[in-house]
Formats: sequence, C-alpha cells, structure tokens
Amino acid sequence: MIESVFDILLCALIVGVALAAVLGPRLFSSVVFFIVYGLFLSVAWTHLGAFDVALAEAAIGAGLTGVLLVAAVSRLDRLGVKEPAPAPPVARVTSALAAGGLSGALVLALWSLDPDGTGLAPVVEANLHASGVRNPVTAVLLNFRAYDTLIESVVLLVALVGVWSIADERHWGGEPGLRQHARPDGVLATFGRLLPPLGLLVGVYIVWTGTDDPGGAFQGGTILAAVWLLLAMAGLSDAPAITRRRLRLAVIAGPGVFLAVAAAGAVGGGFLVLPTEYAKPLIQEIEAGLALSIAATLALLVLGPPQRGPR
Amino acid sequence: MIAMAPVFCIIVPLAAAFASVVRPLPRPLVGLAILVVLGLTGMTVAEVWQQGAHRIPVGGWQAPLGIALVVDGLSGALLATTALVMTAVLLAALPEFADRDRETRKGWAFWPLAFLVWAALNAAFLSGDLFNIYVSLEFLTLATLALVSLEETAEALEAAMRYALFALFGSLAYLLGVVLLYAAHGTLDIALLSQADLQGTNSIVAAALITTGLAAKTALFPFHAWLPPAHAGAPAPASAMLSGLVPKAPFFVLIRFWFDVAPDLPGEAALQFIGTLGAAAIVYGSVLAMRQTQLKRLVAYSTVAQLGYLFLIFPLAGGDGLSQVWSAGAWTGATFHAVSHALAKAAMFLAAGLVVHAAGHDRVSAMNGLTQSMPMTAFAFGLASVTIMGLPPSGGFVAKYLLLTAAFSSGQFIWAAVIVAGGVLAAGYVFRPLSRTFFHGHVQTVAVPRRQQAVPLTLAALALLLGIVSSAPYAFLQTGRPIAAEEGLE
Repeated sequence: MIESVFDILLCALIVGVALAAVLGPRLFSSVVFFIVYGLFLSVAWTHLGAFDVALAEAAIGAGLTGVLLVAAVSRLDRLGVKEPAPAPPVARVTSALAAGGLSGALVLALWSLDPDGTGLAPVVEANLHASGVRNPVTAVLLNFRAYDTLIESVVLLVALVGVWSIADERHWGGEPGLRQHARPDGVLATFGRLLPPLGLLVGVYIVWTGTDDPGGAFQGGTILAAVWLLLAMAGLSDAPAITRRRLRLAVIAGPGVFLAVAAAGAVGGGFLVLPTEYAKPLIQEIEAGLALSIAATLALLVLGPPQRGPR
Repeated sequence: MIAMAPVFCIIVPLAAAFASVVRPLPRPLVGLAILVVLGLTGMTVAEVWQQGAHRIPVGGWQAPLGIALVVDGLSGALLATTALVMTAVLLAALPEFADRDRETRKGWAFWPLAFLVWAALNAAFLSGDLFNIYVSLEFLTLATLALVSLEETAEALEAAMRYALFALFGSLAYLLGVVLLYAAHGTLDIALLSQADLQGTNSIVAAALITTGLAAKTALFPFHAWLPPAHAGAPAPASAMLSGLVPKAPFFVLIRFWFDVAPDLPGEAALQFIGTLGAAAIVYGSVLAMRQTQLKRLVAYSTVAQLGYLFLIFPLAGGDGLSQVWSAGAWTGATFHAVSHALAKAAMFLAAGLVVHAAGHDRVSAMNGLTQSMPMTAFAFGLASVTIMGLPPSGGFVAKYLLLTAAFSSGQFIWAAVIVAGGVLAAGYVFRPLSRTFFHGHVQTVAVPRRQQAVPLTLAALALLLGIVSSAPYAFLQTGRPIAAEEGLE
C-alpha cells in the first residue's frame, strides 16, 4: 500500500513537472522544470530497479542536457534576444488536442499489452555467461547489441562536428567557448581545487565497474566531463584550441577503438564478434576508449564552438 | 571475406570520417577511400546477384538477441545508388572544400560529415532490426543537419532548425511505435516480426506512429515544409546528397515495414489515404516549383513532388493488392523511381551548383545562354530533366511506366491520372530554366573547368542508362522479394 501511494505520488509529480515545463511562462523556468523532471524520472527508474537507466537519465537527461539548455538560455539573454510571444490560443488548443490524442492512443495501446511480458530478458539471462560480463545491461550494450552502441558513439561525434561547424569562420582554430574567470578565493575556485580528484576517482570507478554492476562509459564519462568543465569554469584550466591534434584524437579514440574491434572481427569472419575468452578485456578496452571520448565530447559540447582566437 | 563486403561498406566510410576529423584527408586519400567503398559496394551487389539475399548476424548473435543485417536486391540497389551519387558528390566537392593552405571551418567540417552520411545511409539500407534502424536514422539526421547549417547565413540556420524539429518529431514517433511493437512481440528483428501476428490496437497504433514518423522524415506532404529551405540553403554537393539520397532512407524503412513486417495490417482506407498525400505532394510540389525564382529552390520543390510518386506504392502494391499480379510492377516501379530520382536529382543539384557558381547568383536567369557558355552543364541539366519528367528512354520513364500499368491493371485510374499530370507539371517547371539555356547573353563571372562539368553529366547519363538497360536492374531489385515478380515489364 505504501509502495503504491509512493508510485501514485511519483507519477503525479512527473506529469505535473512535465506540464510545468511545457506550459511554463518563461524559457528559464521551463528549463528548470525540465531538469527536475529528469531527476524525478531517474527516481522512477531506480524504483523500477533499472539502475543503469537511472544513472544515465540523471547524468545525461537531467545533468548534461540541463547544462546545455541553461547555457543556451543565458546566451540568448546575453544576445538580448526577446522571448517570443506565446503562441495564439488556436495553436495552443490544437497542439494540446494533438498531444492529448496521442496520449490517448498510447494508453489504448499499452492497455492491450500483456502485463507479464518479459521482452528479451530471459534470452539475455541465458546467454549472459558467454558475454564476458556480469551486468546484463552492459552485455546488451557492448556485446549482444554492440552495433547500436557503436553507431551511438558515432552520433556523439557527429553532434560535436555539428556544433563546431556553426562556428564563426574568424575563430576557427581558436579555443572553444568564452574565457572563464573566477575569483581565486571564491567558492567556484575552491570547488575547482577540491572536487576534481574525487570526481576523477568516482568517474573512473563507474566506468570500470560497469562490466559487473550498474555503470559504464556513458555514465562515468559524464562525470569525467563534469570534472573537466568544473576546472574550466573555475578558470584553472583552459580548453585547448579545437584544431589541436591531441584533442581531436581524444574525441575519436572511443569510436575508433570500437570500430577497430568491429573490423578485426569482420576480417576474422564475424562483424563485431567478441570471442568469449577475450570478451571481457575487449569490452573494457572499448569502455575505456569510449569514456575518454565521451568525457571530451560532452565537455566540448557544453563549451560550445570556438569564440575567441586563434592566437 | 567477400561475404563481409556489406559490413565494410559501413566500416570504411566511418574510418574515413574519423580520419578526416583529426585532419582533412589529402586528395589522393579521398580518392582511395571512394575507390575502396565503390569496390566493396560492387562486391556486395555481385554477391547478391550470384548468391541471392542473405542475412549477416552481427556479433555472431542470432535474432532476437542480436542484430541482423539484411542484404537483398533492394538494399543492394540502394547501396549501389548511394555509392554512385556519393562518388559524384565528393568529386564535385573537391574544388570547393579540399586542399586549403590553412584549415577552414567549411573545409574541415564537410569531409567527416559527407563520409558519415555515406556510412549512415549504408547502415540504414542494410539494417534488419527496427531499433537499429532508429539509431541509423538518427545518425543520418544529425549528419545531414550539420550539412544544412554549413552555409554561414541566417536562412541556412533557420532551415536547419526547422529540419531538426521535423526530424526529431519523426524520430520520436517512429521510436514510440517500435517500443510498442517490442513490448508486444519481444523482438525487434524484421524477419521475426513478419512471422508474428500483428493485429489489434497495439499494432495499429504502432504502425500509425511508425508511418507518421517516417513520412515526416521523407518530407511527405504535409510534412514537406522543412525540405525546400534546407535543400536549397546547403552547399550544392550537400544538396545533392540531401535531395537525392537522404529521403530514400526513411522511405526504404517504410517499404521494409509495410511489405516485410506487416503486409496484412493496413486497411484499404489507410493505403488510399497515403496515396492521396503522395498525389497532393506531386501536384503541390510541382506548382510551387513552377513559381520559384531561385534556381536551387526550384530543384528542391521538384524533390517534394518527386518524393510523392514513391508513396503511390501503397495504394498500388500494398494490402490486398500484394497478392495481385500488378503488385510486383508497382513495387518495382516505386523502388526504380527511388533509384533513378536519386541519380537525376543529384545531377541536377550539382549542375545547378556549377551554374550558380559561374553566374555568381541563384536566380533562374543564371541559366541564360548556358548552351553557349557551359554546354556540358546545360546538357547535364537537360538529361536529368528527362528522367525527372519521366520521358523515355530514362530510368524515370521505366518507373512511371511500371506505376502507370499497375494503376491501369488494378483499375485505379485516378492514380494513373496523377502520374500523367505529374509528368506534365514536371515539364512545366523544368522547361523554364531549360528554355533559358538557349537565350543570348550569359554573364559568366567564373570559368568552370570541364572536369567539374563532367561529374553531373555522368550522373545524368547514368539515370538515362537505367532506362535503356532496365531489365537487369529490374531483375536485381526483385532478389529476395517474398513474392515472386514476373509481371510488369514486358
């Protein structure tokens, strides 16, 4: 009973916060509600026992996306862009009706599903021993359906190329984002000195533990990206110019290692085949490369296209 | 090793893209990458031709646990089309984007994006798994989005933003549908789903979402609003990819879904409805193409119209019609159209790009006197127009002839009328720029070397050739079709 009251409360909160994000009068409040929405979702995933999804939702859905959105809103403010007038009532009612209709159709569709359906969980369980890892989520992401993950890691790279491709041509070769300044004895600078060692430890641990427990390159990489961003925002370490060879190698390291493993398998007769006895070290190698690239790429996405230099 | 050729059609462009992120590749390496992928595509096609359709289990895991790639006539044909168009696009892009003393934003960004588009298209055309298709289409969308915003203008950015909103709506709708199917049937594999019993509310809602999402991504009327500004605003080589190839990927998935996964699901009303939207696209796109004053906009609106033909496959070959003799002709007509339009439209955009470059502006009047100043480009534009209008002996003619015969055999005369009207309307919008090529007084500010003019001409010639030697591609497209298709082309 207590559990179901909790469930109902959580669902009501999620829907309420989502509505607040959509109907919010100002862009900034919508963004704040969106971040809160991500956190509640993450609680819901935890409650459902999907810890990997909860971690990813908190780190990427709420955390990283939130930072990107806040950065976008503050940039609009800085540029003096006025918020657009609210859409005319007809448009609002039409979109409300369309969204309501879609929700209704989804409820109908969900209603007709078998509540005891297990999907592929039993098949994953039965093959877990041959995957090289003990966390079933990692087994799916880096072995059974590793091909999806390979493409997803490339998608992240495409996003960065996209962000850089709208840079101002004059600043090509310069450093990403604006130069950050923080008071040397301020809170940010203090945190910038205190937190990074801890963040590094937690980030690397979450990447490493992903093979057997919840965690992995995406979640750990996000934490590592946060460490770098903190250093940059505290003015302690400036990002390198976007044309630097080492930076670009870091960005392609993960997808590159992943592709190399895939290609080696294909030459041996099976695209992306990880032989059981080597599966664990191969997966750890891929995860390590991915963590590096994800951390670099996410941080660079937040810092944005080059806005100063080149010197 | 030859059996792995399709896989390397994804791996090699990806590797080339990664390398170009680190540092733009020198010309010889770009050429080498193109040659290797062309060769691999050729091996894939030869393999399908000799051995028939086959599946490649990725990671050694069989479906439903793993992902399978499917190599059949349709995917082979689209792989080959992609290889030809991408080769032309990359060659045409060399003068504008390659070999600067200093790395520039556009010169750097174009190459990884172009190779990524190639990889993403190949991935989409080979995928046999609904979720993997989602990932591939997202990959494709993001790469094309960056290409749309490559020009430093406010219009290009606005077009990219609008494209992003439409495309993300499409992705979400598609993903929701896939999730519903997975929840009901416990598999994402196309072959396994085709054996499942797809009926009831869940399947209908899922199919509606998938179709809506993919239609938005294919720019079917009334989801077309993003296409003309996005395709007209990009640099010409990018426009050629965007207009010729990119919409074919979501359309290919629609065919996979409606003809392989759920052939029995759609009702007659749904099929006629999709056909009506296709017809509306043909008429609306053509009328707007006629009214354009900018050359690239005209070519882009023509794409809206030409994509409409693809959707006539649903009323002519789908549902109950699938078991009829005319179904194979209609199915092949639409897929033939996808291929020949890709070649012709890419040729047209590349030719338009040269014209705009030479004239220094994008108004239709840039075509004035082109037969005198740039006869090769004028000829390329003319040849491509032949396919777009569907005149014999082009690939476009074969496609429209097949669709037309299917419309007559099935007694659906209204679609026949639409096809004929579409051809006349197409003549209306291509004759305006074409007739100007015979005017006097071309103002050419930049000379364009013949080497560059040869690229669109070759593509346009290939589109024409497709109509002359149509029986081999016709037979090839059928490879691996569940229902044998002997009827249609006599």
